[in-house]
Amino acid sequence: MSDQKPLMPRRREVHPLPYWPDYKTSVARSPSLPLLSMESTTSEETGPRFGHSTLGPLDNNLIENYTQGAAKAVGERVRLHGRVMDETGRPVAGTLVEIWQANAGGRYRHIKDTYFAPLDPNFGGCGRTITDDAGYYEFMTIRPGAYPWPNRANDWRPMHVHFSIFGPTFGQRLITQCYFQGDPLIDLCPIAATIRDRSQLDRLVAALDMQNSRGMDYLAYKFDIVLRGRRQTMFENRPEGM
Amino acid sequence: MTQSLDMLVETPSQTAGPYVHIGCIPTFAGVEGIYPQDLGLSPIEDGAKGQIVTITGSVFDGTGWAMRDAMIESWQADAAGRYAGQEGADPNVSGFCRFAADKDSGQFTLRTVKPGAVANRDGSVMAPHITLWIVARGINIGLHTRLYFEDENNDQDPLLARIEQRHRVDTLLARKTGEGSYHFDIRLQGEGETVFLDI
Ligand SMILES: [Fe+2]
Repeated sequence: MSDQKPLMPRRREVHPLPYWPDYKTSVARSPSLPLLSMESTTSEETGPRFGHSTLGPLDNNLIENYTQGAAKAVGERVRLHGRVMDETGRPVAGTLVEIWQANAGGRYRHIKDTYFAPLDPNFGGCGRTITDDAGYYEFMTIRPGAYPWPNRANDWRPMHVHFSIFGPTFGQRLITQCYFQGDPLIDLCPIAATIRDRSQLDRLVAALDMQNSRGMDYLAYKFDIVLRGRRQTMFENRPEGM
Repeated sequence: MTQSLDMLVETPSQTAGPYVHIGCIPTFAGVEGIYPQDLGLSPIEDGAKGQIVTITGSVFDGTGWAMRDAMIESWQADAAGRYAGQEGADPNVSGFCRFAADKDSGQFTLRTVKPGAVANRDGSVMAPHITLWIVARGINIGLHTRLYFEDENNDQDPLLARIEQRHRVDTLLARKTGEGSYHFDIRLQGEGETVFLDI
């Protein structure tokens, strides 16, 4: 318990509004009463650990993992990489990062996805990895297609990759989406618009990273992630009220 | 001007969307063969100490509809109140589970051990509880809440004590429906809205 530290309060103003009528599903799925705020406890200051033994060799390669290397997925080859840090700037090492995405035509391999763009027989659409000691992660994948979705009559999701990140404690748990630099659909997307501060939304747009691209092979995009920090002080063990 | 605080800002959340299962529980979603099995299938293994309990329930939206697409993660202590990674924790309790609403009925099931009371940094003790994190299409930032047990002594719990409208405490209490079985519904909005946490 000696390494247990209180979490920095979540800065709700950088996060999306739970209720955003242009994103119709949020209307009936957003709490109408305020959240109960309090300092983190042991239950948020601990969390599950996942070791490298969890991973298979192709887990972070979405081009090949669905066929276990037998055939490659169709699409523009992309290396998606970055670092996971916390609010104090420290790398978050050894943490599980999971992603999922549509195929190059904008279709998910999911029973509920009825868009008529075809499935790619060689593409499953998920991957995972564990950050290294510097908090670094990387995936090989294909650029996901934009896709239409049932919201307003002509809404389209920009190209995006869904990210799930654990961090060392359960209170740091985060799911977000990574967009791609220059996509004109970002400005039109009601889900992206749930983040009201444009400078915060910009932080979800991965930058084209030519220096880490490889000629005749793949383009790189860099997507850094920041999790909640943990307060470090020698004054934390006093009883409440002192 | 002042010195810079030199802090980063947490990455904003976005909804997990309707296809969260592909990323988190792909086998459940029918995407088979990438991973040998889904992560967090069970929070316990054979030999876990304590009482095995089965908790069923649904996640309801503001219209009273049991959502078919919600995914829930749970995190809990072992029967002695220790979390995995803490000294003396039960090696057969990972404490972490992922489960989803049934696509036809909207009902979820969590089979686990009943956790023990948990000590805090300041010496206070929390009544036995399971932390839940709910994500789905239309939920723009994951919802944290807790499941307590109606047949435990919850009187001194520091979190429950902070709920001003005392009748809302009931939204965090699992109802005993039989020996080792409990029922716990989550209501995102409206009458009986679950207390969600900013913690
Ligand atoms: Fe998506």
